[in-house]
Amino acid sequence: MGTADYSQEIQVIEGKPALRELDDLISKPLESKPDKKFYIALSITGSMLGLLVVGLGLTFYYGIGMWGNNIPVGWAFDITNFVFWVGIGHAGTLISAILFLLRQKWRTGIARFAEGMTIFAVMTAGLFPLIHVGRPWLAAYLFPYPNQHSLWVNFTSPLLWDVFAVSTYLTVSLIFWYVGLIPDLATLREKTGNKIKKVIYSVSSLGWRFSNRHWQHYEMVYLILAGFATPLVLSVHTIVSFDFAVSIVPGWHTTIFPPYFVAGAVFSGFAMVQNILIIIRKIFNYEHIITLNTLEKMNKVMLLTGSMVGYAYAMEFFISWYGGVEVERFAFLNRALGPYAWAYWTMISCNVISPQLFWFRKIRRTIPVMFVIAIFVNIGMWFERFVIIVTSLSRDYLPSSWHIFVPTYTDFMILIGSFGFFFTWLLLFTKALPVVSLAEVKAAVDGAQPTQKDH
Amino acid sequence: MSEKILYGCTALFDSPDSVINAAAKVAEEGYVKYDVHTPYPLHGMDKAMKLKPSKLGYIALIFGLSGASAAMLTLWWMSAVDYPLVIGGKPFFPYPAYIPVVFEITVLSASIATVLSMLFFFFKFPNNIHPLHGTRYMKKVSADKYGILIQADDPKFDESLVKAFFENTGAAEVDLVYWDDEEISHNNSILEPKFLIFLLAAAVITSGATYVSFNKLLYIIPFNWMSEQPKLSAQQASPVFKDGFGMRQPVAGTVARGFLPYQFTGQPDLAGEKLTNSIPVSKRSLEAGRVNFDIYCSPCHGFYGDGASRLHGQFPNPPSLHSEKIRNWTDGRIFAVITEGQNVMPSYATQLSTEERWEVISYIRALQRALNAKESDLK
Repeated sequence: MGTADYSQEIQVIEGKPALRELDDLISKPLESKPDKKFYIALSITGSMLGLLVVGLGLTFYYGIGMWGNNIPVGWAFDITNFVFWVGIGHAGTLISAILFLLRQKWRTGIARFAEGMTIFAVMTAGLFPLIHVGRPWLAAYLFPYPNQHSLWVNFTSPLLWDVFAVSTYLTVSLIFWYVGLIPDLATLREKTGNKIKKVIYSVSSLGWRFSNRHWQHYEMVYLILAGFATPLVLSVHTIVSFDFAVSIVPGWHTTIFPPYFVAGAVFSGFAMVQNILIIIRKIFNYEHIITLNTLEKMNKVMLLTGSMVGYAYAMEFFISWYGGVEVERFAFLNRALGPYAWAYWTMISCNVISPQLFWFRKIRRTIPVMFVIAIFVNIGMWFERFVIIVTSLSRDYLPSSWHIFVPTYTDFMILIGSFGFFFTWLLLFTKALPVVSLAEVKAAVDGAQPTQKDH
Repeated sequence: MSEKILYGCTALFDSPDSVINAAAKVAEEGYVKYDVHTPYPLHGMDKAMKLKPSKLGYIALIFGLSGASAAMLTLWWMSAVDYPLVIGGKPFFPYPAYIPVVFEITVLSASIATVLSMLFFFFKFPNNIHPLHGTRYMKKVSADKYGILIQADDPKFDESLVKAFFENTGAAEVDLVYWDDEEISHNNSILEPKFLIFLLAAAVITSGATYVSFNKLLYIIPFNWMSEQPKLSAQQASPVFKDGFGMRQPVAGTVARGFLPYQFTGQPDLAGEKLTNSIPVSKRSLEAGRVNFDIYCSPCHGFYGDGASRLHGQFPNPPSLHSEKIRNWTDGRIFAVITEGQNVMPSYATQLSTEERWEVISYIRALQRALNAKESDLK
């Protein structure tokens, strides 16, 4: 642990590589044939995806009764998975939009990948509201369209807000991602020798020419999109938390939910990004683009948001006592001491205790340790949603209707399958598109910008 | 070579500093149709090129605001005008609850509009037939070099002068770019038969797939639309019972509620003597009687019981209910007619329950009194 020199800004991209080298390195996975490791990884995620297909087939054929859900626990693994995956997506937008607005240059190496992850995570999340309605082919009823019943949807329902929030989030994320990809696709178009690839890149890059007259508008649009994506990402998890907070179920009816959910989303999202990037930088030799400094900064974000989440847990308990409502008090004591106490304490130890290790610089900069901590964070964040949803529902107002939720094998198939769905997309992404933004990384290399003479 | 049409003169530079200085000089020289090409945006280039700030912010503002107001207006129309519903005791237009949806639509419309107008109106994309595409110059500026282009249609353009000018500014390479034959003779391919056939095929496939999925696929198992339910419908067989019938007979010796047998079949006068109206006259009973009278009696008897049939001769007009004879009938006598029918009038016993018949009779009495009002009724 040497003494750090704070007089010099830490380089975002280490070692001042030539721009041409960066191009070659980043586009290498696209130009080479997939190796054996790729196929092994793809077969694993593909098998997990197969579990999802079987699980969903069972659910559609026999109905929702295949799951462990039963009144009063009407929401269980389905909505837990939904909130978990939407949360994972939030890190991508945070990195690409909020850190862009805050002029955090270290985001350049990881932004493209995190944005891709956002899209796949939101797609995975989108599965769950669809399948939990039981007959997903009727999901179009969720949108206000002129129908034969001449009825409109209920615009005052948080569940409907969810439909708008998640679909807007997916659309805007896709647009943001594509706008970022255009210059890179144009670089690939000029670089490739393959005829079919050339056509694909030409069509998808729309004829981008790297003109500064275009860059000028392009940068403006990027700024505007970042400006829109920032409140959007905050609104999405706020609205997801409204699904609970607007109801009157004890344990859900809390005003702290919106900020607490947003912090939790960023927390779990960063853990997921960190986990995957550690693998990516190793496989593709991106150690100097996705540097140890970047990983350390991500760990700091996790430390911050993890502490915020821990504060929220404590505050929930305090308010349930201070509020003086008997059922609320019971709901929270039941979380910590009731039949699901094991889930609660798993959540506390993974989410509150484990990220506190990031106070130590040594741990923040040791890759295997931070990898394990981030995995714990993801486990903990899944359990957070499980604890909120299942413990609150399983003990509602009437003791006669109390019910212990027990997941079925279909529940587990769909949970594992959702990971398969997400990682299959991610693997295909690493082979189909540059996982690091060429233009942005080049602009962040030392000496890539003109020396400022005027000040 | 000489037949080719010149597009412009390009110069490549090695460092960002040299290109930004050169760009500033090009702007100072008074060239108008020139451009700088860099693999990534360079800070300070807009200033060197003397470009005006991008106007895309206004597009975002306009579309954001119109998206927000259109959304609010639509929500208001849907929930307060077109189909007002009371939800949770809130007003028909609970605008605070609409903020989330309106916000999402604002973001969505502004983002889509800004990006689409940038790509299609500001950049005139997609454009893959530009003379710069596929040139050595484009390959360099897409990777690691910085380039300046002065177009041949610039009013100040002169091949040798521009070349000399570039060499003076320290360009590493100076080159001329020509239009290709393909780029010149390129026709808009929208009206080509191939493209039209593609469009037609796409339309047929899309509509065919939509038709099949909405009219066929959605009706195969497991999409049974709840048409099979584990309950017994009328007339269905059931193995649960000995006789195999799903429908059951009432238990012997019992009478179901509201199905008390009528005792005066064929004896209307006796019924008139024995039966009395069991429903006390009230505003509610008269209203219920009016509703059933209008439904079952009024088609022939008219809304006021005066025999103004709406069947226009398809069915014999009944006599007026205001005749001396019927006014002097007892309630029980009218009950007998409704229950058993009379002449061409059929029985209404299956349409009207006992109570409903009495309510109708009370209403007929009210009609009779209204149409034959005495002086004393007006007081």
